[in-house]
Amino acid sequence: MKIDSIKNGIVIDHISAGNSLKLYQLLKLDELDCSVAIIKNVSSAKTGKKDIIKIDADINIDMDILGYVDPDVTINIIKDGKVFEKAKIDLPETLRNVIFCKNPRCITSVENEIEHIFKLSDRTNRVYRCVYCETKAN
Amino acid sequence: MRSLINITDLSVEEIEELISVANDIIANPEKYREKCRYKKLAALFFEPSTRTRLSFEAAMLELGGSVLGFSEAQSSSAAKGESVADTAKTVSCYADIIAMRHPKEGAPMVAMMNASIPVINAGDGGHNHPTQTLTDLLTISREKGSLNNFTIGFCGDLKFGRTVHSLITALSRYENIKIYLISPEELKLPSYVKNDVLKKNNIEYIQTTNLEEAIPNLDILYMTRVQRERFFNEEDYLRLKDRYILTPEKLIGAKEDLCIMHPLPRVNEISPSIDNDKRACYFKQVLNGKFIRMALILKLLEVE
Repeated sequence: MKIDSIKNGIVIDHISAGNSLKLYQLLKLDELDCSVAIIKNVSSAKTGKKDIIKIDADINIDMDILGYVDPDVTINIIKDGKVFEKAKIDLPETLRNVIFCKNPRCITSVENEIEHIFKLSDRTNRVYRCVYCETKAN
Repeated sequence: MRSLINITDLSVEEIEELISVANDIIANPEKYREKCRYKKLAALFFEPSTRTRLSFEAAMLELGGSVLGFSEAQSSSAAKGESVADTAKTVSCYADIIAMRHPKEGAPMVAMMNASIPVINAGDGGHNHPTQTLTDLLTISREKGSLNNFTIGFCGDLKFGRTVHSLITALSRYENIKIYLISPEELKLPSYVKNDVLKKNNIEYIQTTNLEEAIPNLDILYMTRVQRERFFNEEDYLRLKDRYILTPEKLIGAKEDLCIMHPLPRVNEISPSIDNDKRACYFKQVLNGKFIRMALILKLLEVE
């Protein structure tokens, strides 16, 4: 399978196999006009299989979403056909409107304009809790 | 500007300071009669409450201040669909400090994020009730002489009982506390409190459904009401509401210096025949609640 290399854009590499579609949706890549390639189940020496997303435009990526969904991904910024910068992602401390509180007793369940904010409460187990009601994110 | 949303917003030292001021208010009430003159407390109660609202109002009045507000959502702009954020911004123009009770969890935090004056969480659904916790800590401190070295049993609704969650969280910062969790299976302490508070802080705890067996081991017995308003299903409430009723017979094996507490209001869970027992501390708790709220208002308004 051949997918053209990109000239100026972003390659999200080392995505855990199966996570690329979730990232595609959360990062709202469907709203872009440029070419976006999702490559699933690529062989990986480290993990066996991985997904890759290639975006043929230099856009701002929400690192918090990336960090929340898959903190092991790497970001390659491509300029003039070459890797200009590589970045590792970490678990974000705060998530704003990335995930939504499902607790029917939470104030966010009745007031739509409130930002859904989650804080990292347990780094080891990657647990996020709603700042308003402390309910764990699913 | 400080607010109080969760009991952990206060350090152990700050709690000690509040207890110390409350004890001074009890000893020298005349010293405090004019401390909040010309200051106004907005009591925003979106959910019915007698004790907490009157306690806040009495606290502010005894400090020489004034009180405004409402006691149910239907008499506020919330009935017209106003958001908590807008209410907080509006009330900030009229008052110096807000005490808010709301049926939805996290509402006082939303108010804090939008108000320009201090906000006190006076209870948000089944979530937190930090001023009740301060009341409980003052009561334990006065009755037991310390906030360390005792065994406390929580009995009743440990699932939705916000006073229980807040007090357990507060006690996790003190030394040599042992906890009995006495509840029906359906109303057990939520796992997040067990994992994030008890286990994380290596607090010794025992879960049981048997009140009688636990009583002889306790220095403090904290009874709670099964709250009808927390149930989506009336049948579940009716099945569980009278599961634990404290009677004089059940106290036969209890320690002589047991301290019986209850955040009130009670329904059936403590027999009125216990009210005259010297171990009954729940009405002292009510009084302590006013004094600790006075201390808190002074602290948040930065009144010397």
